[in-house]
Amino acid sequence: MTIRALLTLLSCCAALTLTAVGCGGDDESSGDGGSLISTDGSSTVGPFTTRAAEDWKSDGGGDVTVGISGTGGGFERFCAGETDISNASRQIDEEEVALCEEAGVEYVELQVATDALTNVVPTSNEWATCLTVEQLSAIWGPGSKVSSWNQVDPSFPDTPLKLYGPGTDSGTFDYFTDVINGEEGASRTDFSASEDDNVIVQGVSGSEGGLGYLGFSYFEENQDTLKALEVDGGSGCVAPSVAAAQDGTYTPLARPLFMYVKLSSLTDNESVSDFVSYTLENAEAIATEAQFVPLNADQIAEQQQKLEGATS
Amino acid sequence: MTTADATVARPAATTLPRKKVRWGEQVVHLVLFVAAAISVLTTVGIVVSLVLPALDFFREVSPVDFFTGTTWAPLFLDAQFGVVPLVVGTFVISFWSALVAFPLGIGVAIYLSEYAAPRATAFLKPILEILAAIPTVVLGYFALTFVTPFLRDQLNVQVEIFNALSASLVLGIMLIPTVATLSEDAMAAVPRDLRDGGYALGADKLQVSTRIVVPAAVSGIIAAFVLAFSRAVGETMIVLIAAGQLAQITFDPRETIETITAFIGATGNGDVPTGSTEYKTIFAVGLTLFVMTLVMNLISIRLVRKYREVYE
Amino acid sequence: MTVIEPHVERDHVPAPDDATTRQGRAWKNRLFKLAMLFCMFVAFGTLAVLLVDTLVTGWPALSSQLLTGLPSTVAGEAGARPAILATLYLGALVLLFSVPIGVLTAIYLEEYANRERWWNRAIEVNIQNLAAVPAIVYGILGLAFIVRGIGVGRVVLAGGLILTLVVLPTVVVASREAIRSVPDSIRQGAFALGATKWQVVWRQVLPAAIPGMATGAILALSRAVGETAPLIMVGAITYVAFNPTLMGPYTALPVQIYNWTKQPDADFQVLAAAGAVVLLVIVLSMNAVAIVLRNRYRRQW
Repeated sequence: MTIRALLTLLSCCAALTLTAVGCGGDDESSGDGGSLISTDGSSTVGPFTTRAAEDWKSDGGGDVTVGISGTGGGFERFCAGETDISNASRQIDEEEVALCEEAGVEYVELQVATDALTNVVPTSNEWATCLTVEQLSAIWGPGSKVSSWNQVDPSFPDTPLKLYGPGTDSGTFDYFTDVINGEEGASRTDFSASEDDNVIVQGVSGSEGGLGYLGFSYFEENQDTLKALEVDGGSGCVAPSVAAAQDGTYTPLARPLFMYVKLSSLTDNESVSDFVSYTLENAEAIATEAQFVPLNADQIAEQQQKLEGATS
Repeated sequence: MTTADATVARPAATTLPRKKVRWGEQVVHLVLFVAAAISVLTTVGIVVSLVLPALDFFREVSPVDFFTGTTWAPLFLDAQFGVVPLVVGTFVISFWSALVAFPLGIGVAIYLSEYAAPRATAFLKPILEILAAIPTVVLGYFALTFVTPFLRDQLNVQVEIFNALSASLVLGIMLIPTVATLSEDAMAAVPRDLRDGGYALGADKLQVSTRIVVPAAVSGIIAAFVLAFSRAVGETMIVLIAAGQLAQITFDPRETIETITAFIGATGNGDVPTGSTEYKTIFAVGLTLFVMTLVMNLISIRLVRKYREVYE
Repeated sequence: MTVIEPHVERDHVPAPDDATTRQGRAWKNRLFKLAMLFCMFVAFGTLAVLLVDTLVTGWPALSSQLLTGLPSTVAGEAGARPAILATLYLGALVLLFSVPIGVLTAIYLEEYANRERWWNRAIEVNIQNLAAVPAIVYGILGLAFIVRGIGVGRVVLAGGLILTLVVLPTVVVASREAIRSVPDSIRQGAFALGATKWQVVWRQVLPAAIPGMATGAILALSRAVGETAPLIMVGAITYVAFNPTLMGPYTALPVQIYNWTKQPDADFQVLAAAGAVVLLVIVLSMNAVAIVLRNRYRRQW
């Protein structure tokens, strides 16, 4: 009796697996790469792309996968031809350009939103409201030994500084170190590093002396546990906000966010061009929903022209 | 009244005829051997997949720096490859979880083996198995969202949001079934005579348990300890979620640390490009981990053999 | 006349007439029993707290949407259908691969292998070692060979193969135990009646060992379903909003829970707990089936 039971169990499982393969064919998502769009890259841009994918799908579009291995990791996959779109929170750098050229991957660079890179502390932090670029550099620079708040400013209390930031594969990391420390990648190494901005939120909000930096949308989502610091880029303290990022007063931490789209995907895969045009058309709505700084109408028109130029 | 007939027919030859080769049997034997060989192939695969890139890695980074260096910053601009912080982090977690699992596990084992009624044991052992079956991701979630706040708010222990203590406590509880089941098996194998002898001499339960049964079962108990310790060393999800990503040398369990497994899990997320430095560090570190658990396993086998008491 | 009294080392066994020592001993014994009970209490108490806390936290999000919906950036709309389906498919694949290979290996080691030969001993030691390898190392193996080496990519099949390797030692050990528990008299009787080795195995030993093997297989399956680390290594992607297929991208339920846990938004924590409840239901019901099987079909030889 038990042999039969076991054999029936096994055959049920085999049947299940076969239906999995079978269903793959006529489901709305065929896994054969024809209509499936694969994206990867920045964890800052990730939520934007995910929002775009959801909206597109509910408007009759297809399936999109979104990975968040970091801007750097995303580009490596992109230039290896593994993804259709690379999400990036900084521009592609020379090495990556060379990599793509070598592999014969041609692309178009599209700006999809703007970000106000935000420095955050927990809401329990009552002493810090504004930091200058020099202070930030002193904290985050390579070899920095700053370990408590009163070393940043003597008027601050002697609370230990607990640093959380993106990892080295992150475009946010690259951008921040570039503008604050003067060189991309130059940073102290003794902080809690994570490619996932959510972990930074958790870390900072849970530590009394916490300080971290991440994309604006992550701050917006967590205003009940995080406080944003104003940044003095030389002309007074400016708080990160949609307006300040759009008009350029939030320097030096206002930055463009990109989607790099592979040209061959645009021409071969109708879904890709469909998705990208949809994203640009609705860029403002998507950005607002996902709590990014949206492009204005002119900027969107500019990007749409770019897209058209690339595919003609 | 017939005596046994002395003229029973006998085969002419005194040796048995040559066995006819049954090809079916040979095929079966071969198929079975192939199945068994798959496990060998797996080990070969593990060794090859770890050793080759690791060797590649050690060509670029000196093993001395790797094994004795105290700063772990492999992905930064000024990369440092000292694995000591990761090893210390792993050790801290394993130590504290062993501190929880060993006494509690032995206690549970002694209770089930010496004190509990057979019906109670039959009911309790499956529940113990349930504890062992809980997926580690759920345990990690529990550590982060229940244990850490509990330590902070209820017990006033000032732990970081990501800390080694919560992870160790939960990991220790997870290992109790391992210690308990193996120790209990070892204790059950101690012959009744030894116990009865003790009781006959007027010893009470405490004395019989601690002075007769446990010493007699010591080889099995030690094997249980070593196995549990090696599981603690190899555990990934609990530490990944709850213990943090800050490679620092500290023995204070309230601090954030990073274990070997957490580093591998955070860095190797399937999108790491082949041949990059990150890729190779995973293998070097993975090889270290593999060797550590292997050595512990061999020690455990050795210990069991050495201290096994043989009863007639 | 002197009587030489043998000097007997009185052990710590108390003199029977000493009332205080007896009281002291009784007290010590009670304390010891309490200590043991305390251990039990901590172990089972924590289990209870974990289950209750997870259930209570996840209760608001336990709805049909969780089971049938797609993941979303909006916590209120998110579901785990692709993840649950992928977990079930992975489980099916693990059963499909690990049971035949594991059982055949066990049969080989118990019935066919000549223990004198070094290679058979090597296989045995090998399986023991594999059981001790951390799951994440299997992830590294999978990354190097299955995803990159064979080039299959980050697909369900790859995940299934890796999980198979993770639980294979468990299946082998459990099957061996089951085969070993079949008394030799059964085999000898069959041989005496002229059966070949394979006939003995297939018709006598295996049927008798099936309950034990089934138990082992289900326990291994429940472990595979709960494994997260190897799947992370072979790229169970973050956001997958469609049903998984054999050669397509996927995300499994434990990985989905992991992703939700990382989100600090309280709503996602609730979702993570709800997902955990679903996962626990799957895993624990498998364990329950295994235990029932084991108890019901335990043969008394």
